[in-house]
Amino acid sequence: MTDVVFLVVSLLTVFFAILALESRELVYGAVALSLSFLGAAALFILLDSIFIAIFQVLVYVGSIAILIVFVIMLVRRDKWANVTGGNERILGIIAAVLLFSTITYFSLSSSLTSQYPNPTAISNFYEIGSQLINDYWLILQLTGLALAVSIIGALTMAKFENR
Amino acid sequence: MEPLINYFIVSAALLCVGIYGLIAKRNAIRLLFAVEIIINAAIINFVAFARYHDTPLITGQTFSLFAIALAATEAAVGLAIIVQAFRLNNDIDVLELKKLRG
Repeated sequence: MTDVVFLVVSLLTVFFAILALESRELVYGAVALSLSFLGAAALFILLDSIFIAIFQVLVYVGSIAILIVFVIMLVRRDKWANVTGGNERILGIIAAVLLFSTITYFSLSSSLTSQYPNPTAISNFYEIGSQLINDYWLILQLTGLALAVSIIGALTMAKFENR
Repeated sequence: MEPLINYFIVSAALLCVGIYGLIAKRNAIRLLFAVEIIINAAIINFVAFARYHDTPLITGQTFSLFAIALAATEAAVGLAIIVQAFRLNNDIDVLELKKLRG
């Protein structure tokens, strides 16, 4: 049962990721990207990591995808619809296929194939919170600082007038 | 449950899709899509390996929280740069952005 769910969810995630890069309209690409993020959130739920799934939906689908849609609205040009890469596209496909087959070939003969999860999952919100506050408080503060700096930087760049 | 290799291969597939996008695309927004897809693949790996550890670790989930937050900052700054480049050049084709070239 869970195998079927995993197969469908992972195929949809990868398919929407490809569609995000290959769709003709940039807006459809943004929608496909957020669907791919939702697929990744479903994978997190399958991995018993509910908190990460919630965070993923909030941050990626809720803010990043909306931000991308707004930026697409601001910088639209019609000529992008028919820009087709020539050599770069073939090079990209070759590189991606080569890398993927290499990773798959070497990982299939590793010990990853026989590793099954411990049935006692810990997806305790309390554990994550206490670890954030007790062990990683400095990184938490620095992440907040990085968020503040990036917001201020984005605002200053956006206010900069074109002279 | 599936063996760990399944999640690993999904993550590798997402990574390869992202690398294809980084190589083949010229539109700056598509490059940002590709970077986000790659970050997502890395986060899936973190969570999966933490879950499949002998004694399941919560540290992988904590770390992926930081990774998601930093991906959000990266997207905000990247999109601001794209808007600014569009104002200056009226285009966001990365091969046409030559103002900073020495």
